[in-house]
Amino acid sequence: MKSAVLVFPGINRERDMARALKLASGQEAAMVWHAETSLPKGTDLVVVPGGFSYGDYLRCGAIAARAPVMDAVRKFAADGGLVLGVCNGFQILCEAGLLPGVLMRNARLKFICKDVHLRVERSDTPFTRGYNAGQVIRVPVAHGEGNYAADEETIRRLEGEGRVLYRYCSADGEVGDTHNINGAAASIAGIVSERGNVLGMMPHPENHVEDIMGCTDGRGLFAGLVQHLERAA
Amino acid sequence: MKARVTVTLKTGILDPQGKAIEGALKSLGVDGVASVRQGKVFDIELSATDKAKAEAALKEAADKLLANTVIENYRVELL
Repeated sequence: MKSAVLVFPGINRERDMARALKLASGQEAAMVWHAETSLPKGTDLVVVPGGFSYGDYLRCGAIAARAPVMDAVRKFAADGGLVLGVCNGFQILCEAGLLPGVLMRNARLKFICKDVHLRVERSDTPFTRGYNAGQVIRVPVAHGEGNYAADEETIRRLEGEGRVLYRYCSADGEVGDTHNINGAAASIAGIVSERGNVLGMMPHPENHVEDIMGCTDGRGLFAGLVQHLERAA
Repeated sequence: MKARVTVTLKTGILDPQGKAIEGALKSLGVDGVASVRQGKVFDIELSATDKAKAEAALKEAADKLLANTVIENYRVELL
């Protein structure tokens, strides 16, 4: 799996991401500066990592979404290439129009930095094939703006088309207001694009991939991507 | 030419920051505050002297960057 990790000023999770990608695929990820106008040849996966691109000025992800490299990412996605956006990366993909909706300020206005549980809604996608449908995983979140919002019609479509892949839940998989940490519509933690090749999620699977991190639940996402690409090859 | 673009949240979009400010105003004893919605103001200087061109440029700026039209409305004024 040849991965390209985008780097914007103010991003701070790109190295964690590159480390997780290397661990899963055995291949070093290419770090791609935001001013580039193309992606490395043969890229299988583009990752937009977390952080605070441009200091969250204007709106989270708004300025990064208009960076030169994003035109190349748009084209890559239009050709069916796999794109993963985590945290600020999710916000950037929404602002870039690659995913619908927007991430608003957390309902209780607090920055949330802790482990949360996610329910994997289906396992038949490149981004979830390392898990079982209904499986609960534990991964960290660290965000102030993760409250997913979209108009009712969009939410209906996301649900109807099975595009919600990850949802906030309790340790035993129960979804509800008590476990919806940031007030997101339908407890949404991660969604895919219409074609299913672009995933945006607020939690950080890349931070739960090694024993030293105390949990390895995030590994499945990366292992699944590697497996998907091997099968496709 | 000077202009102002005002960006506000659409009706129905939850505004937790506005709510917090509303609560603070009430606790300060400011009378008669029914509700608060927070928005953004951009004061922009333009090199254009043609009004129509200036308005078109401001609209483009708002659509492309200043506002996220999924959740926000904007208003353009030439001052």
